Amino acid sequence: MSPRVQRIIGFVAFAGFVAFVAVLPSFVSDFKAREYSYVAIYLIALLGLNILTGYTGQISLGHGAFMAIGGYTTAILMAGNEQFGGPISGGMKDLWTLPIAGLVAGLAGLAFGFPALRLSGLYLALATFAIAVAMPSTVKRFEEFTGGGTGIQLFGSPELTGTISNVDILGRSLTPNDWMYYLAWSIAIVAFAVAWLILRGRTGRAFRAVRDSETAAVSSGVSLARYKTLAFGVSAAYAGVAGGLFAIASAFVNPDTFPIALSIFLLVGIVVGGLGGLSGLVFGAIFVYFLPLWAQGADLGSLLPDRIIEETQKPGGPAIVYGIVLILLMFVLPNGVGGLFRRIGQLITSRRYSRSK
Amino acid sequence: MLAAAFSDFMQQVVSGLASGGIYALLALALVIIHRSTGVINFAQGEMALLSTYIAWTLTFNHGWSYWPAFVATLAISFAGGIGIHRVVIRPVERGSLLRIVIVTIGLLVAINGFVVWQWSGEPQQLQSPFGTETYDIGGVVVSAHDIGTIAVAVGIVLLLWGLFQFTKVGLALRATAVNPEEARLVGVRVTWMLALGWGLAALLGAVAGMLTAPTVGLDPNMMAAVLIYAFAAAVLGGVDSPIGAVVGGLLIGVLLNLLSYLSQYGAFDWFTEELRLPMALLVILGVLLVRPQGIFGRPAVKRV
Repeated sequence: MSPRVQRIIGFVAFAGFVAFVAVLPSFVSDFKAREYSYVAIYLIALLGLNILTGYTGQISLGHGAFMAIGGYTTAILMAGNEQFGGPISGGMKDLWTLPIAGLVAGLAGLAFGFPALRLSGLYLALATFAIAVAMPSTVKRFEEFTGGGTGIQLFGSPELTGTISNVDILGRSLTPNDWMYYLAWSIAIVAFAVAWLILRGRTGRAFRAVRDSETAAVSSGVSLARYKTLAFGVSAAYAGVAGGLFAIASAFVNPDTFPIALSIFLLVGIVVGGLGGLSGLVFGAIFVYFLPLWAQGADLGSLLPDRIIEETQKPGGPAIVYGIVLILLMFVLPNGVGGLFRRIGQLITSRRYSRSK
Repeated sequence: MLAAAFSDFMQQVVSGLASGGIYALLALALVIIHRSTGVINFAQGEMALLSTYIAWTLTFNHGWSYWPAFVATLAISFAGGIGIHRVVIRPVERGSLLRIVIVTIGLLVAINGFVVWQWSGEPQQLQSPFGTETYDIGGVVVSAHDIGTIAVAVGIVLLLWGLFQFTKVGLALRATAVNPEEARLVGVRVTWMLALGWGLAALLGAVAGMLTAPTVGLDPNMMAAVLIYAFAAAVLGGVDSPIGAVVGGLLIGVLLNLLSYLSQYGAFDWFTEELRLPMALLVILGVLLVRPQGIFGRPAVKRV
């Protein structure tokens, strides 16, 4: 297949996917629509993390912390003056807080990306892991801004958000759940397109060069400092937007909203989705959202004996299943589900190629 | 007033040394694994947690007395560490960094889940083998548990040093860490040495966990913070340096206690208990920026 044909197929698939996302709420229950909006939120965060880890080769075990920065930015802006005596009176509408959440998290990412320049591989994993673990207690320390352990309720003023009453948009009335779904997915699709644009050109090439060999990248004139920091910033901005949406969807934030487990989930998501590819991340997001639910045995039904289902539903059971699945996945599919699809695609196309010869 | 402040200061130092000894043990476990396998084991804290629960269930549910349970736990942990290496780590050892990191994270999640599943999330009490008495040494009040903790930590470190320095197994372990290929050529069973390293690390973790539980209480989140302090200790001392891990652990323990002490007397009054973990993070970042090889490490030289 020529690159041109591949590109056309890519566009058609993307358009098909957008159409699918647009009509899906008509076929599923209102509650399901809300669940699927979380998939979009994870997708946004995964797109960001993949730019950093998949394309630039910098492991981050702490992206939940950048989501927390975004989430708290949204929450503080929405709660406004009444709660904290802050500079913004009356609170801000949820939608408008999202760009700011992305910006603040992105700046934090740039700030962290700078010291991170000197860390590589395991050390970076370690430092980012420490960030994620230290996040909740830092949040508790600055109680006057973050509400401490209690957190912040986002719905002090219902008119600021579309998530508790019906929303009229483009002549249609949407239920709160459908509104959340369309909000999250619209942003996710834009985020996807932006990631694609960033990665296809010069910047994306520089990222990949840094990942494949720092030495080779430097000797070809790629500035490590610039591109690594940039990757951190962009990636954190994505996480910030996702965090803001997460806060809106859950209607409150507290230190437990963004636990260390979230950071782990995100890393798992990009590995499942296949590092260094974009479309696989959709599977990654689905996996990350549904595996914990699936691990509770909710959808397994008659596949397994009742006794086992019962056991996995005890507290801790889902985590056991999750951990084991994670390890097995690394044994069986080192390149993730996305890698598997790429592999199958290669097999098919290469065979066709040789036949036509 | 000054005398009181001084004895208070010394008390903080002693209890800092005690918690620092615990961090040192766990840091040592991380260093042993990092030296031999080049892996940072994110599941190290949870492995220690599991061991501690085993000790607790032996004493509480099965009526064992402390020291037999202690020894049995060490044996089980040692075997468990070897088992984990053979079953879970070996298949991915030669794979990419990310794969190994994720496998140890998977272990972290699974072991923590298992502990909650088996023993519920309820906090439990593990008794201290050293009792609850306190001694007054020249105006400085120290608890028996702190002294015992320091003694056990020092003892274990000396034993380990002896093992590495004076036995044939220790020589083989060091050879494996320095150069696995050449070690294999001279007849060292490298795979077993790596597994042995994991066994020793699990054993160290078990001691650290059993010494932690009496003061902070046994619950499934007990080791999360200790692991970060141990990371900080290992980075501070140099991730490839066993001596560094011990010194780093003690320094971290004392540093954190002194910050709380000073904040009581007005200096560093921004410091609160919540900032202990973020401080450890700052230490990690600071060391990695200023002296990435740590106090005792050698700078890594990469051949291009």
